Amino acid sequence: MATERLQALLTEAFPDASELSVQDRTGTGDHFQVTVASARFAGLSLLDQHRLVNEALAAPLADGTIHELRIKTKGTA
Amino acid sequence: MSELSAKIKQVIDDEPVALFMKGTPQMAMCGNSMRALEALRRAGAPVTAVDILPDPAIRQELSALSGWPTIPQVFVRGELVGGADIVEELEESGELERTLQDRLGPEYRNGRDEKTVLVV
Repeated sequence: MATERLQALLTEAFPDASELSVQDRTGTGDHFQVTVASARFAGLSLLDQHRLVNEALAAPLADGTIHELRIKTKGTA
Repeated sequence: MSELSAKIKQVIDDEPVALFMKGTPQMAMCGNSMRALEALRRAGAPVTAVDILPDPAIRQELSALSGWPTIPQVFVRGELVGGADIVEELEESGELERTLQDRLGPEYRNGRDEKTVLVV
């Protein structure tokens, strides 16, 4: 359930994403690995790339849905 | 600025490398905190750790200061480097060592001692 919510938020934030996945790492719906490949990341520092993902997931981060988040971003041309 | 917020800011500003983590280097309470610590250790960073668990306010004030929502958070010379994933990726590419060298000087490995400080 939480996985779908994260997926929807990321899809909304990165409509151009060539790769977008949300993995429930522990099967408990609160430890996630998200991977996003987007042209929006091109030219940005890793810090700013992760900032965009954090912003997209601000609500589930703030309300405690996400206990642990791992992020992998890829900039595409 | 609250007293706590000022103390957190002082650690960020004064310590060469500040790691805000869940638990302590001797007893990390979270996998991501441990990953960040280990990446910093591999790069030879002089780590000053702050345990955010004793008071929920530490995390709130820290995130308000840094604009970063998750723990751990790593700062070098007062500047946010990132969380566990970023620090790990930068370590693997060699960029973490370059950042440490640029900001702390080429001798940053000398006098390397890990310490823990309290903010509450």
